[in-house]
Amino acid sequence: MNMLSIDNLHVSVAEKPILKGLTLDVPAGEVHAIMGPNGAGKSTLGYSLSGRPGYEVTDGSASWNGQDLLDLDPAERAAAGLFLSFQYPIEIPGVPAMTFIRTALNAQKRARGEDEVSAPAFLKLVKAASQSLKMDFDMLKRPLNVGFSGGEKKRMEILQMALLEPSLLILDETDSGLDIDALRIVADGVNAMRSPERSMLVITHYQRLLDYIKPDRVHVLAGGRIVASGGPELAHELEAEGYDKFLPEAA
Amino acid sequence: MKALARLDLTDAATFPSRRVEEWKYSDLKRFLREAPEPSGTAVVGAPGPFYDLGGDAIVFANGRPVGVKDYIASGDQTLRLRFISDATGTGHTAAARIVARPGARLLLLETHEGKGSTYVAHNKVEIDVAADAEVTRIVLTDEPDDAISVAEAEVKLEAGGRYRQTVVATGAKLQRHETRLRHGAEGADARVDGLYLLGGARHSDLTTVIDHIAPNGTTSQLIKGVVRDEARGVFQGKILVQKGADDTDARMGHHGLITSERGEIDVKPELIIYADEVQCAHGATVGTLDESALFYMQQRGISADEARALLTQAFLIEVVDRIEHEGAREVVREWLTARL
Repeated sequence: MNMLSIDNLHVSVAEKPILKGLTLDVPAGEVHAIMGPNGAGKSTLGYSLSGRPGYEVTDGSASWNGQDLLDLDPAERAAAGLFLSFQYPIEIPGVPAMTFIRTALNAQKRARGEDEVSAPAFLKLVKAASQSLKMDFDMLKRPLNVGFSGGEKKRMEILQMALLEPSLLILDETDSGLDIDALRIVADGVNAMRSPERSMLVITHYQRLLDYIKPDRVHVLAGGRIVASGGPELAHELEAEGYDKFLPEAA
Repeated sequence: MKALARLDLTDAATFPSRRVEEWKYSDLKRFLREAPEPSGTAVVGAPGPFYDLGGDAIVFANGRPVGVKDYIASGDQTLRLRFISDATGTGHTAAARIVARPGARLLLLETHEGKGSTYVAHNKVEIDVAADAEVTRIVLTDEPDDAISVAEAEVKLEAGGRYRQTVVATGAKLQRHETRLRHGAEGADARVDGLYLLGGARHSDLTTVIDHIAPNGTTSQLIKGVVRDEARGVFQGKILVQKGADDTDARMGHHGLITSERGEIDVKPELIIYADEVQCAHGATVGTLDESALFYMQQRGISADEARALLTQAFLIEVVDRIEHEGAREVVREWLTARL
């Protein structure tokens, strides 16, 4: 069975332990939310799973569909289906968005031994995907994310997601910097990706996003571990009561 | 400081060492102690990267002109100026003279094409840009990594003349490309760009001296370079604004990237201003590839090598994009992309 399986994951950044024994399973087809206070290690989880340099795994394991993720370089993890939507998508000066996405798509296809997508076929795919995200097509001819607003950058992340068709999605604070209209469009884009073969990990500080992307399970990450898990109602509870009771030592 | 004698490959006493200020980063004497034996003849092989753009050609093979070595342009013309070296351990000097008559528009496509090894090439060109003429000079260098190559250009710009230059250097054991531009009359306009892409133990030195002696002249300069492995890039840019060259507008920028531990970039920008009403600016930066951009690209499935190549190309392409002539720009873009 397809599943993200994280067991006893310990991660240090600049020799400072951030994740301290995180254990979590996300079965295929499910959407799990990770909520937690600032500094709990939420972004570290996304970066560790995607292999960002500087995030050193000191113990534990993480696998996707039985494949050891920690053994792969970041591009290999992407080809294996992992997609991290960045909280702050990076600007790539000089590389048009369309060139970037096609390069990424074909690199993944090559890595999986599949045929590359031709330029005309890709153009069709991009046009359809940008329309459904209500994006101005001309934006795709501009250097990726350069001078884009926060909302445009997030939409560009969702567009990439729609075209790359990953099987494991990690959304890192996708709601940050979005007004309510942009949030709805982004959430619709994510919801359109829900499928029985696809798992999603939605990392968020606020419950708001989960009104739009309904999770199957909610986990509370505090002090580098999952300290509570529950159904969608847990998110509402956190919204009402805050994270105080999950903090290691209440101040 | 020692006075700089004219370089003459037949006289080792004229080979500058790093003690000569203008050659402090490119110690020719260190690599070339004695005058090399003269090169023999060479065969002109493949037609060169600019062949498809047509026009006339001046070709030097190991310093010897194959046909004419002077060219006078009037009207709209394209000239391919090819310096071909095919020698081993020997040296040769070539000298060409190009004149763009008043009102002419000349596209000058210059290539330094090297085969063989350990040769010493000294290629010189004089370019006169008459009143209201326009010369666009594109230079591509493609030489063996153990060659020594010194190119010198003397450019004279008359009233209302326009000169655009883009030098694309890939280095050699020691490669220097020097341009001395005399901004000599009212209202002339120059763009003096360059880029270098260096790997291995290659060395490239782009040196420009731009001398504004008349009012209302403008100069714009953008140099970008990427250095890998143990390569070394040098940019020396001097802009002089003489007394009386009022309302000169001169801007110089150099931006370099070092993508390895042992790469080196040396930059020496100089603005020397004797006139009163001028606008001059320079900026120089040297950095490394953006790690967060590299990770972002890898996260989307692009391999580390391909991500580096894409970022490198994106960084350098700004210089190529400034080439006004579309056909030449596309040739340079493809030529550069093939070398990333």
